[in-house]
Amino acid sequence: MSRWRRRTTAAGEPLPPTRRNTEFLLLVFAVLVPVFAYANVGLARHGSIPPDTAKYGLGLGLLVLIAHILVRFFAPYADPVLLPIAALLNGLGLVLIYRLDLETPKAQAASSQLMWSAIGVILFAAVMIAVRDHRSVGKYAYLAAAVALFLMIVPVFFPAINGAKVWIRAGAFSLQPGEFAKIILVVFFASYLARTRETLMMIGHRFCGVNLPRGRDLGPVLAVWLASVGILVLERDLGTSFLYFGAFVVMLYVATARIGWIVVGLILISVGAFVVGSAEPHVHSRVQNWLDPFASIHAGLGPGQLAQSLFCFAAGGLLGAGLGLGHSILVGFAAKSDFILATVGEELGLTGIAALLVLYALLVARGFRAGLTAPDTFGSLLAYGLSAVLAIQVFVVAGGVTALIPLTGMTMPFLAQGGSSVVTNWALIALLMKISDRGRRPLAPIEEPVPLPEEVHA
Amino acid sequence: MIVTARRAAGFCLLLLLALLGNATWVQAYRADTYDHMSGNRRPQIVRYQQPRGDILVADAPITGSPHTAESFDLAYGRSYTDGPLYAPVTGYASQLYGTSLLEGVEDDILAGTDPRLGAWPVITAVTRRRAAAGNVATTILPAAQQAAFNGLASTGNKGAVVALDPTTGAILALVSTPSYDPGAVAGANKGARAAWAALDGDPDRPMLNRALRETYPPGSTFKVVTAAAALASGTVADPDQPTTTPDPYPLPETHTLLGNEADGCRNASLRYALTVSCNTVFAKLGVDMGAEVMRRQATAFGFDDPKLRVPVAVTPSVFPKSPDRPQTALSSIGQFDTRATPLQMAMVAAGIANDGEVMRPYLVERLTRHDGSTVRGTERQSLARAVPAPVARRLQRMMQDVVTTGTGGNARIDGAIVGGKTGTAQHGEHNRAVPYAWFIAYAKPSPDAKPTVAVAVVVEDGAADRADITGGGLAAPIAKAVMTATLSR
Repeated sequence: MSRWRRRTTAAGEPLPPTRRNTEFLLLVFAVLVPVFAYANVGLARHGSIPPDTAKYGLGLGLLVLIAHILVRFFAPYADPVLLPIAALLNGLGLVLIYRLDLETPKAQAASSQLMWSAIGVILFAAVMIAVRDHRSVGKYAYLAAAVALFLMIVPVFFPAINGAKVWIRAGAFSLQPGEFAKIILVVFFASYLARTRETLMMIGHRFCGVNLPRGRDLGPVLAVWLASVGILVLERDLGTSFLYFGAFVVMLYVATARIGWIVVGLILISVGAFVVGSAEPHVHSRVQNWLDPFASIHAGLGPGQLAQSLFCFAAGGLLGAGLGLGHSILVGFAAKSDFILATVGEELGLTGIAALLVLYALLVARGFRAGLTAPDTFGSLLAYGLSAVLAIQVFVVAGGVTALIPLTGMTMPFLAQGGSSVVTNWALIALLMKISDRGRRPLAPIEEPVPLPEEVHA
Repeated sequence: MIVTARRAAGFCLLLLLALLGNATWVQAYRADTYDHMSGNRRPQIVRYQQPRGDILVADAPITGSPHTAESFDLAYGRSYTDGPLYAPVTGYASQLYGTSLLEGVEDDILAGTDPRLGAWPVITAVTRRRAAAGNVATTILPAAQQAAFNGLASTGNKGAVVALDPTTGAILALVSTPSYDPGAVAGANKGARAAWAALDGDPDRPMLNRALRETYPPGSTFKVVTAAAALASGTVADPDQPTTTPDPYPLPETHTLLGNEADGCRNASLRYALTVSCNTVFAKLGVDMGAEVMRRQATAFGFDDPKLRVPVAVTPSVFPKSPDRPQTALSSIGQFDTRATPLQMAMVAAGIANDGEVMRPYLVERLTRHDGSTVRGTERQSLARAVPAPVARRLQRMMQDVVTTGTGGNARIDGAIVGGKTGTAQHGEHNRAVPYAWFIAYAKPSPDAKPTVAVAVVVEDGAADRADITGGGLAAPIAKAVMTATLSR
């Protein structure tokens, strides 16, 4: 509609474009690319286009269309790039999982991943509709902290799966609460830091050349953060604890501009990583494996997961073997989840990996942009935090499977098999879009703003 | 806060660059190393992803490539028709233990990785699409192969047979016993592992290709080489003139007396000495000519060639490097350190039958694409001129005497000209081990015709005291069966 008639305010001034049609066009691509990839897998493996390609395309298209229509109504000025990238990554992830399902006839994961994606879009819709203004989220900061901590403690009472106690299980149904807790914690951090950042910046005492804040200013957030990281270490979920740590340090630095936080953070993380890496056997073995991924081959035990993953990337080379034509299933049980990137590396090559990383980079960049344009400190910090979470998660996972850093076992956002992850990340995108919608909205208020929660320093 | 946020975004960008840099490092620089690491199963999976090409005997495949697995993993297996019969030709192509013999040497053709198989090699390199596997057509003559196999099997002993076309060098039969079924070790399952362990641990070494890869003391069959040297060097001008040879012959510089199994060897003529296989005459001739002359003659027949390939690599046969005089005497009758593969002794018979020219032996007639078009054919090639043609013809007549009036009577074929030489090789400490029975021969349908076949037979025998009779009694009938099979071709 905006193509034909420019929207104006009541005073007749032109409104900035909503870019919803741009989003629609991008979404068409975001659906067509995975559909093409899906057909490609069928052609490569069976010489024919899978009969359910149209059904799959319609399903994905419908999900995306629902999300798009909701955006038109509830966040008309939202960044038009976020939703298409999320849809494209989710669609590609479904294709990759479907492709790996072909190698494991007994363990089909694509259909359940599609179901989780649908639930993710429902959560996206819920955020779109329920969160009229992102600032309302900040009101529930302490509740959020409590919920997050509770979610994270629960898996301690469940048995470890593959060495990490990060799951809540009920029959065939399993959840990874650490994934859900990550957004809730970022909400809490953002809310708390938004309220205290002035104090944190101004008041403090120097200690060893570093300006340290008063305990009562930083105390609660530090306590929650220490508790969460502590729980994760107990649960041996090193990837997620590193994620929380990184996101928190980034948010603290952005909020207070104190380089000292980064120094302290780096010292803490180094000490922590060293202690845990050398003392805890599960982690220690992963560090060893990172230092020499091929030790088990030399020992005559055959290649481990990381070695297999490196073989995948190497086999892919620059252009890749082609979708459906690689052997990334050799990675083993985590091929569809933690190691999904190995399939991308082998079948789409360095080109595909680079394209994928650029997609994530765009997502992160747009997230930061949403933060820059947000009218309030809480919104900015929330956007920065969520973007940093995305960036760090991508770094930890991709760095782990390519042996840049030790393997910690997390899922690639949207791409990997894992219900909790997909659902959480859809909610994350919804929040970012809400924030960007508020930031890009014309200054002349279209509707009455909700009362600001403790917003002093906007 | 905007400045710090931009810095944080910049930090995220750094993380991304680190990932990209590392991915490039792994996928572009380290790729080749990882691709060839021992734990990486991709090469094997790719190898068995499409049907393997066939090895052909008389245009009929003796191998198969059945689809075995459901998934991509080792999809096509390997099967063999008449596995034990053709194992010395084909070797094995095992998903666990690699390849051997023709399966190994021509692997690029059979696996479809040879760039010559594709129509557009450059495009193939980019698209990584493999061509359909090619086939390997062998020179084997099924009737000769079967005759050799049956003959050896009937003795119940270990042994080998090689038959050549003397005029081309084409290998018509290549048999080694005991044999094995390569199909048993072709898969990747428990059965294949068990079969491999059994074959690998078998003291009779069934996987050893005795025709190409085992050297034996050639015994009296080597006297043909000594005779060739004597005639070619002029040491013996007329094979019918008596030599001056005592009986027994005292080995030079020793107190050892070398005797004969046959009578009438004192001052025997070269012809008679070959016919009844006098040790003394040939030992003394070797000493008279000297080790160097003997060595050169042996080399001219193909001995001491470490690069001989058919195209399967052949273990070099040896004439001792610098033997002293008594060692030269023994070496000249095929004892001491003289060792020869059955293929080498077949080449000796073939060289003489082919009027002195030794043709390069070959096992592969041609390599073809999936559609039957030729990738590469094999041209006949001269390996060496062993002796001048007149000398060769004299030797032919002498070898024919061995069959008509001498020790090789068991190889006589009605209506055909057959020349041969028996041999029994002593070996082991103090020659106590069971001797090897040898027979080398050639045959042609008529006196003026070209020779059709040359053959060497070795049987790791049991009877120690029958001397040369063993070669004639045990090995000659097998040679006769093989030659008969080729003559009726």
